[in-house]
Amino acid sequence: MENMEFKNRLKKAKLRLLRMHYESKIGHIGGNLSSLDAILYLHTVAMDATDLFVLSKGHSAGALYISHWMAGKLDESELDRFHRDGSRIAGHPVGGWHPGIRFSTGSLGHGLGLSAGVALARTLKGEQGRVFCLLSDGEWNEGSNWESLIFLAHHCLKNLTLLVDANGLQGFGATGEVATLEPLAEKFRSFALDVREINGHDHMALATALAAPATLPKVVILRTVKGKGVSFMENRMEWHYLPMTEEQYSRAVEEVSRG
Amino acid sequence: MRDAVCGALVGLHRDKEFVFFTGDLGFMALEPLKEVMGALFINAGVAEQNMVSVAAGVASEGMQVWAYSIAPFVYARPLEQIRNDVCFHGFDVKLVGNGGGYAYGSMGATHHALEDYGIMLALQGMRVFVPVFTEDLVAVVRRMSATRGPAYLRLGRGEKPAGFPVPAYAPWRKIVAGGGPVLLAVGPLCGGYIEPLLKLEEKARPQLWALGELPIETYPPPAEFIAEVKDRGALFVAEEHVLQGSVGQSLAHYLAVGGVRYRTFAHFHAAGYPSGLYGSQAFHRKESGIDAQSVIQRIDETMRTNE
Repeated sequence: MENMEFKNRLKKAKLRLLRMHYESKIGHIGGNLSSLDAILYLHTVAMDATDLFVLSKGHSAGALYISHWMAGKLDESELDRFHRDGSRIAGHPVGGWHPGIRFSTGSLGHGLGLSAGVALARTLKGEQGRVFCLLSDGEWNEGSNWESLIFLAHHCLKNLTLLVDANGLQGFGATGEVATLEPLAEKFRSFALDVREINGHDHMALATALAAPATLPKVVILRTVKGKGVSFMENRMEWHYLPMTEEQYSRAVEEVSRG
Repeated sequence: MRDAVCGALVGLHRDKEFVFFTGDLGFMALEPLKEVMGALFINAGVAEQNMVSVAAGVASEGMQVWAYSIAPFVYARPLEQIRNDVCFHGFDVKLVGNGGGYAYGSMGATHHALEDYGIMLALQGMRVFVPVFTEDLVAVVRRMSATRGPAYLRLGRGEKPAGFPVPAYAPWRKIVAGGGPVLLAVGPLCGGYIEPLLKLEEKARPQLWALGELPIETYPPPAEFIAEVKDRGALFVAEEHVLQGSVGQSLAHYLAVGGVRYRTFAHFHAAGYPSGLYGSQAFHRKESGIDAQSVIQRIDETMRTNE
């Protein structure tokens, strides 16, 4: 896909994401903007019908819903009900009602084990279909992820790709201030995984990383910017939480539209 | 019961494809299962949170999964994984916990499971199986496997007296007949009551029932049990589980809601570690007053008080 074509698609997705969060008056927009590029690319370009995406960082549910909508697999009317009473698209994904949203996630440290299970079952049955699991960087504080990493590496689940949205911020501080986990790539390499580190907003780099033949389980560390594309949100922890005011929303729309 | 569950699963493997995980336990017990299952038998290592998440992921692909460990390591350590990954989706994951109650005795409190089925029953869609006799395992494993969805199997130690004929498996069974009050025991604890009860005069002997499947709303007591409770006016419940989330609580609630009236009710349950001392399963049962002699004495005292 041409760079400009995807950029236009991303712009449309980002504007709808902002509107959805603004109208619902809820936060979490920062981490949605850091991960939207990858989620959108996977759902509209990279994945085929047999592949499965698992959003372990469930607080980026908005980006997931928007990506399904962009892929023509979620009705516009569902987006209008985001975070409302009687909705199927909650603030964190509730699994089971949509073929592309299999698991309920939001409590961190679950998606990777679930993904490993899917990848293992497909390996045992000799079935096709890759599994992509997106985690946050702060999520690597969770011990369960390291359990899963040991497991997927030991069983060499090469149909599994981990993507880490490394935006450098977590719930109550910068990731490096809370827990020293960098260099993440070295840690993953020590598990004998195929590790790639790219700019998470460069979809050509993402295409290259994802297209590389899988002889090992793959990890793609996405160096991203929390709040990407909206200047007053970029690299600001508060946008993990805050809903937008009318003025902020207008400004965000203007900046994203200008592109 | 550990060997029996292994044998039952070996038999199940002949008829049905499933994946078996162990949390690095089962030495000198699960080897026959490992032998026949090949790649479908997976040692997930000492990593129970991952084991349960992986089990849920495998089950999401349409395969039944059994996951085994010492009881607290399979229901308590990975509780959120059971809740979120298995139960929220109703996946076909069967958890097997060895050593229910005080079964691990002097191994210490970390290895005991005194609140397991209460916690499991609080999760949506979870069914619980507490086999009474070792001989129950074949039927229990088949019943667990036949119904899709989450289930927890609490294993103990078979305590059937030698030569006692085990009645055909059913969730509720009358084990010992007697003319006295109704005594319901949960799981293998029941086996140890048989011989002491049989030594009592039949007229005053408590009528012993065993319960092996929960929740009560899914496996309600048979009409015969209800009729006996009404007729005799006294119900006693004994179980190796703490009060909260217990069978005693839920049965009393079930009967009250159903309008079943009776004069006398007493509940004998695990008391934790009242003396702060540790020992065998028998030691802890005695301390909790749920061993056979204590239960018989407490029933006798209660009946005398209420006369």
